[in-house]
Amino acid sequence: MIIKAVVFLPLFAAIIAGILAFMRHGNDSESSRRVDTMSQWITSGGLLLSAVFATLVFIDVGLNGNARTIHLFTWIDSGSFDVAWALKVDTLTAVMMIVVTYVSAMVHVYSIGYMHHDHHVPRFMCYLSLFTFFMLTLITADNLVQMFFGWEGVGLCSYLLIGFWYHKPSANAAAIKAFVVNRVGDFGFALGIFAVYMIFDTVHLDTIFATAPEKADTMLVVFGYEFHALTIACLLLFVGAMGKSAQLGLHTWLPDAMEGPTPVSALIHAATMVTAGVFMVARLSPIFEYSDLALTVVTIVGASTAIFAATIACTQNDIKRVIAYSTCSQLGYMFFALGVSAYSAGIFHLMTHGFFKALLFLGAGSVIHAMSDEQDMRKMGGIWKLIPVTYGLMWIGNLALAGIPPFAGYYSKDIVLEAAYGAHTGVGSYAFYMGLLAALLTAFYSWRLLFMTFHGSPRADEKVMAHVHESPKVILFPLMFLATGAVLSGWAGYSYFVGEGAVEFWGNSLLILDSHPALENAHHVPMLVKYAPLIVGVIGIGLAYVLYIKRPDLPGKIAASIPTIYAISFNKWYFDELYDRIFVRPAFYLGRNLWKVGDGTLIDGLGPDGISSAVRIMARRAAALQTGYLYHYAFAMLCGAVVLVSWYLFSNVG
Amino acid sequence: MPMSEFPNLIPAMPEIFLSITIMVLLMVGVFQNSDTVETSVRVNRQILSLSVIALIVTGFLVLSVSGPTITTFNDLFILDPFATFSKILVLIGAALTLYISRSYLELHQMARFEFGVLALCATLGMMMMISANDLMSLYVGLEIQSLSLYVIAAFRRDDLRSTEAGLKYFVLGALASGMLLYGSSLVYGFAGSTSFAVLADTFAQSDGAPAVGVIIGIVFILAGLAFKVSAVPFHMWTPDVYEGAPTPVTAFFAVAPKVAAIALFMRVMVGPFGELDDQWQQIVWLVAIASMVLGSLAAINQTNIKRMMAYSSIGHIGFALIGLCIGNQAGIQSVLVYMGIYVFMTVGTFACILCMRRGDRMVEDISELAGLSKSRPLLALALTIFMFSMAGIPPLAGFFGKLYIFLAAIDAELYGLAIIGVLSSVVGSFYYLRIVKVVYFDEPGDAFDQPIPKSIVTVLVGTTVLVVFFIFYPAPLLDSAAAAAASLIGG
Repeated sequence: MIIKAVVFLPLFAAIIAGILAFMRHGNDSESSRRVDTMSQWITSGGLLLSAVFATLVFIDVGLNGNARTIHLFTWIDSGSFDVAWALKVDTLTAVMMIVVTYVSAMVHVYSIGYMHHDHHVPRFMCYLSLFTFFMLTLITADNLVQMFFGWEGVGLCSYLLIGFWYHKPSANAAAIKAFVVNRVGDFGFALGIFAVYMIFDTVHLDTIFATAPEKADTMLVVFGYEFHALTIACLLLFVGAMGKSAQLGLHTWLPDAMEGPTPVSALIHAATMVTAGVFMVARLSPIFEYSDLALTVVTIVGASTAIFAATIACTQNDIKRVIAYSTCSQLGYMFFALGVSAYSAGIFHLMTHGFFKALLFLGAGSVIHAMSDEQDMRKMGGIWKLIPVTYGLMWIGNLALAGIPPFAGYYSKDIVLEAAYGAHTGVGSYAFYMGLLAALLTAFYSWRLLFMTFHGSPRADEKVMAHVHESPKVILFPLMFLATGAVLSGWAGYSYFVGEGAVEFWGNSLLILDSHPALENAHHVPMLVKYAPLIVGVIGIGLAYVLYIKRPDLPGKIAASIPTIYAISFNKWYFDELYDRIFVRPAFYLGRNLWKVGDGTLIDGLGPDGISSAVRIMARRAAALQTGYLYHYAFAMLCGAVVLVSWYLFSNVG
Repeated sequence: MPMSEFPNLIPAMPEIFLSITIMVLLMVGVFQNSDTVETSVRVNRQILSLSVIALIVTGFLVLSVSGPTITTFNDLFILDPFATFSKILVLIGAALTLYISRSYLELHQMARFEFGVLALCATLGMMMMISANDLMSLYVGLEIQSLSLYVIAAFRRDDLRSTEAGLKYFVLGALASGMLLYGSSLVYGFAGSTSFAVLADTFAQSDGAPAVGVIIGIVFILAGLAFKVSAVPFHMWTPDVYEGAPTPVTAFFAVAPKVAAIALFMRVMVGPFGELDDQWQQIVWLVAIASMVLGSLAAINQTNIKRMMAYSSIGHIGFALIGLCIGNQAGIQSVLVYMGIYVFMTVGTFACILCMRRGDRMVEDISELAGLSKSRPLLALALTIFMFSMAGIPPLAGFFGKLYIFLAAIDAELYGLAIIGVLSSVVGSFYYLRIVKVVYFDEPGDAFDQPIPKSIVTVLVGTTVLVVFFIFYPAPLLDSAAAAAASLIGG
């Protein structure tokens, strides 16, 4: 019952808020304000309640080990294809529930303050709650189809929320981009589900997991070649995960998604939806474990994304984009943790990251709010005395992100890197060194952000500076809560997630074969490896201090001295330009041609228009047969008889 | 059975009753004073009412003598469920069209009692055709019907178009009769008999391919029959006659003779020539396709609604011939169902056309219907329903007529026929829907005359209800058609 409440409270809240959205009349009237307030209270209340229940579920399932599946009702029952609506709750789900409901609840509360000038509050709250519902169905899915339902649902809500300010063309473009790029991933996911169904003849997760060992050696014939069946399925599923979690190649939508309101960025594009891919791979660990190739790919993609996104984050000037690339980079960490079979480490990082990244986004939102909707860091600076609480909270978030003890990021990032090292494989080492380098860059760009935003001389105009103010309590309270999480979650969760209590804590929800001992080894790595992340973190901070506080003239000179590297980083490795050339423009070209030539000229011309004009001509001719002369008619009849006889003689007698 | 034995008259009771009635009504009409307009109108009303009643009584007689297959008059005459079904349909069509014709006749100074009598005569001929079991009785029935129809086509003697229509129909009809007779004589020459039963036996017993002469004979018989159902290429008379003849006559033409002729067509093809179905099937195939295509194409350019209905009927006959081409029980049943639905749709449509009256004059242009929805919304609705039904749009009756035909065709693997049928049905829907468009979306002109005669309203309501609600209770038509088809194929 409690579990159902966790999942469905947001849905009911969303429905009510959706109805309320139609009850607004005019933008400034008293009744509209009341409607706004009501929708905020209902959705926030629903989410807070859901978070409380999620805590109870976590205690019951996670801490006391009562994993269970609640069958709601049958969805599809056709032949051997049997899909139910069910809520599968084990430790993995319970952890995700905590992250989703708490971050979502905080974002809801934060939105009360952040969005109060907006004219579409009920719609916004409705989308947020609806998103939360879809996310919860995704993580509670007991079969792949239900997971896909949630997966598409969060994609839809993401689209709606990125394009929330639909009067902005850039927001619409970003929304479409997010949707289309995700479609690529979702196609992979769908194919993956088909492959799994082909191999296992079911989409029910528990059944799949139980039979996975037997199918470990199954081969699949594709295009005349034999492939390892599970590898194919896993790789296809991973394409889906790459799309949702913005991994290298399919990452381009995430920075653009920052066009949405900041609370959306915090909820969807930092803490929850983008981690769905990580969750999915972890959830499917019992099949990924049987495909070394798939795990290798996961590791390489994750590690590459981590370093790739970090290099871009170093040169961006939009405060939200810096954090977006940072998210991309941190997701890379999670993936290479999964790739070396340190699933619990990946999930651990997912959780801590959820808290501190949401904190950073909401903090950035608070800064933007204070700076009259300015997002460019070059026009900020010198405001730390004016908004001290936000400043302090941003420090906490950045300390956690950079992995400085005792903040949350230290614990999770450490174990991720140690696991990569402990894998003792080629790709493991690659991931370790890339991760280490990325950690250096992470610390650097975090403090670059901090220094550019809060320190130095003010670069905004006087009108903006005069208006800079600390955000109201309704904005600060969620920040403080998340800051608490950012400080404590690593320390509190360490022993449960990856320490001594891990085996008992996770129960059956994750599977690690004995041949993948990375996490075991992670606790026995050399001292230098243990402290390396901390050391590079401090170096990164120092570097940022030198460049942006001590010698603010240096960054420009450095950029000028290595123009190529700077340009590559600043232009995001030219991915957007590349995709534009390879996919977008040819697609538009093709589309225009298919439309003008294919549809307009060929299909309309030969099809509807051509047929109708041909019919008209034939109709005129047919009517013209009727001359009105009797002898024509008689002649036609005799001709008809002759034709019929000839027709018969030719076709029959030959 | 010796020739001298007195024939069993019971199966022919309806025909006998109708013949006597015709003679009585003729006397009644002739020996009444009808010198002035008023008296002739009165006599006409009297005779028309009596004719309708006679048709209804005949219908009950047909039902009362119905039963298992029985032949009489030395096998010249057959009575089976198929005949019963077709006769009832013919009688319903004839009665309905006579019932709605009175106001028109009076309006156009055509109120002469001969109209009713001639219509009854034609109906008698149709019933004979339906019950024909011999090439001789076939011809006699056909001629009774045709001669009566020639006259009533030209019934409006002072109208050029009407007389032209009558003359054209007569000349072409004579030609068709000639073909039919020529074909019959060829068949007789090869088989040595005119009796359907003997013919069927003869063809069943002969091995190998039939003689070419027989086939030519069949083709000529088929041409004569195709003329009566106005199938392409023997359809040329139809548009001119439909347009030229007085509207009630056109309605009568469109309904009763069509049913009788298609019934006769089926009986001849499936009965005596049933064994040769491989031979005639492809000819019927060609005729069906030509009729469907020409019917739907040529109707598009018509501006006169009666002329359009002529092409529409050609198209409908094409669809019905699909069922005949299939030649099995399902095919025959689908034709009977199709014709049953066709009768009601067509009578309803002509009832609408009879309402197209402005300033005491009939108007026949489709454009005159513009804005009917504003001036006469209920009439517009009825017309729309009939047009949709004719176009074969569910859930109206016309859809099911086509559906059963196409289902049977698919079952018999006549895919080409079904596909062309569906395509021409699509093309055909254009001109039906054009009327709906004119009725609802064009700028309204002057309203039609009020009030609509009660008889027309009654028929309109009745046929509309049948067309709309057929979907809920199709069983009577389907079951009786199935029984009729079974008797034709089995017998």
